[in-house]
Parts: sequence; structure tokens; C-alpha cells
Amino acid sequence: MQIAIASGKGGTGKTSLAVSLFLANRDRSRLLDCDVEEPNCHLFLATRFVSRTSVEKRIPLLNPDLCKHCGKCVEACQFNALAEAGKAGILVFEELCHSCGGCTFVCPTGALHETPLKMGAITRALVAGKAELITGALAIGHTETPSLIRAVKKTRPDPEVAFTLIDAPPGTACAFAAAVEHTDFVLLVAEETPFGLHDLKLAIKALQKMEIPFAVVLNRMRPGFSSVLEFCKEKNYPLWLQIPESRAIAETYARGGTLLDAMPELEESLRLLLDQCAEAILCNPRN
Amino acid sequence: MKIAFSTNGNTLESLLDTRFGRCSRFLILDTETNHYEILENTQNLNAVQGAGIQSAQTVLETGAQALITGHCGPKAFKVLHAAGIAIYLADNRPIDELAKTFAAGKLAELTDADVEGHW
Repeated sequence: MQIAIASGKGGTGKTSLAVSLFLANRDRSRLLDCDVEEPNCHLFLATRFVSRTSVEKRIPLLNPDLCKHCGKCVEACQFNALAEAGKAGILVFEELCHSCGGCTFVCPTGALHETPLKMGAITRALVAGKAELITGALAIGHTETPSLIRAVKKTRPDPEVAFTLIDAPPGTACAFAAAVEHTDFVLLVAEETPFGLHDLKLAIKALQKMEIPFAVVLNRMRPGFSSVLEFCKEKNYPLWLQIPESRAIAETYARGGTLLDAMPELEESLRLLLDQCAEAILCNPRN
Repeated sequence: MKIAFSTNGNTLESLLDTRFGRCSRFLILDTETNHYEILENTQNLNAVQGAGIQSAQTVLETGAQALITGHCGPKAFKVLHAAGIAIYLADNRPIDELAKTFAAGKLAELTDADVEGHW
């Protein structure tokens, strides 16, 4: 079962929840850090490095001797990654290339062929013996976030590991969509602020469109503030866990500690939370 | 010679649009005849990425030898420079006034991109 931890707004506590949910369930889950532009789950976990593999994308390489400057490749490219600069010939902007292969396909003279370019890496590490942390990290200057997220999600789990937890990137754009697509369930971490509520609504809208079931985890609960609570109640959205606003959690986090370090009593709730996700998935099978 | 101006308007009195990649249209002025033509840039206005590259492509297809705009990012600069089009930066003043300033040699040629991409 794949369960993504997402939010909409950044800084609501996705990684905090993902890391602690993983630790509390390390006997039956693995964690994928899919926030590939700034992966940070490893900062909170004592890991043992296992392996690192490069992730490549394919970009067109031009042989100027064969190019007849017909411009068909420029016309074919939907991402403006190619330009014809008069006498200077075809220019390739590899950072804009989405590896669709269209330009090499339409080139009538074979002047373009695809060549691999490293865009990121996937690191495998172990936590507390055998629990697995897989981290995707984009190479500096690269922007192929969704492709790398999909590559991280393609890594196969040990068949004995029941749950794959996914720490999603913030926002509700394509990186978020790549992280939550094909998952069985999403835990949306919301914070009790106007911005938090606003972005929670956006994330819910996106998930409803993608037809992915979800529940809300409310972080930084403060007395006197109840907009997210009221919203979930009004819409009848499941709110499964509430984490209080706490200086102790913030201090522990600042030292690289986890939610569980600050509030060990949460362990039981986090095991129950994953059980609840499993129950929701099994009770409402998709397809 | 032909000069391309980025603009929101349709006439020589229109103001220069200081954006290049995502300007509404280009005015191409033939300085010998004082005739001009207008090229819409709507497709690029909504481009997901690479608007500067496409706009540069549009400008060079007009046969313009010079471009007067407000700013130019690195990718657009690379295309225009490779194609041998001279780039001049100016403020959002009327195009006819800028054409005179240019003719008087008072606009300095850009030697590198003046802004980052996605500026």
C-alpha cells in the first residue's frame, strides 16, 4: 500500500509526520523522500548508507555536419528546448528538454540522437537495522522534478514490507501530482493558519480530481483557533490526528530530533494512524 | 534596416513593453521606408517554458537586425546573439522616440543577458 504525506502549504509538518510515522511503523514500512528538490528526511534519521544510483534523462545531441537547418525539430518541440539561430544553426537547451524524443524522431537527416544526461540520484539507506529510506535528489540546476519523483516511486519494496510511505513536495502543482498519483491514500498535513486552510482546500480539490482518498492531520493545534477543524467538520472530511502547537516539538526539531523524540506518547497514535489508512484502503478498494 | 520592438500597442506612438519573452507583440520597423508590421506574440505569452527562446526565434524570422526591448534573459540572449541580432535596452518610451534615439547612436548594445531567466 502506498500512502503519501502531502500538504499544499509548505512547512506544515509533512516531513515531521512522515519521519515519525515511518519510525513508529519501521517494522512494516519504508519511506520514500520524494521532496526531491530539497530532500531532508535523512537529517532526522540515523541511517546506514547502502547504495546510490544515478537517474538520467535523454537529451538530443546535434551533429552539425548532418544538420540541414530544416527546423523540423524546433517545430516538434513542445517545450521550447530547441531554437534555430540563423547561420549558427540549432541550439539545444537541455534543461528545458522533457525527453519526449520528438526531435530525434522528426529529424530527416539523423543529425539528432539521444544521449543520457544525469539529472539526479536515488540513495538507498537503512534505518534501525532493516527499515528502508529511499531518497531522491535532483542534481543542481535541474528541474525535472516529476520525472525523478516517478523514478523514486518505481523502486521496488521488499515484499514483506506492507507500507510505502511517501514524503511529498509542497504545493499542488506537478511535483505534488507526481508524488500522490497512483497512491492508495493521502494524509494531508494542515496547520491552523489562514494560509494553511487555504492551501488545504487546494490540495483537497486536487486529490478529489485525481480520485485519491485522503484524511487530514492537523498540526500546531492552538486553543482559540479552529478554522481547519470547523472546515473538516462542515465538509465531513476525516480528521484523524491532532498535534498540538508545542515549543518542545519546535526545539527538538531544531536539534534534528523527531516528533517522537519530543512526544514519545505519539507512537501508539501513529501506529493506529497507519492501521486506519490500511482499513480505509481495504474497505474502499479502487477500480 | 529592420528593427524589432517589444510592445503592447499597435502603432509607432505605442510604448515599448520592457518584457521580451512575454510581451504582447512585436513591432518590426523598416527604417528606410518607415513602414512597420505587427507580429502577435500571444502563443508565447502563455508558453509554459522557453518563452524567451521562442520570442527570439520569432524576431529572427522577421529578418530584423536589431532588437530594442527592456530586458533580455540568458536563453533569449544566446539565441539572438548566435543569430547575430544586436540587442539594445530601453525604457518604456514611445517607439518612434526610441527609433530616433537609436538612429542617433544613443542606445548601447547589450553584451550579455541583463537579467536571470524567469525574471
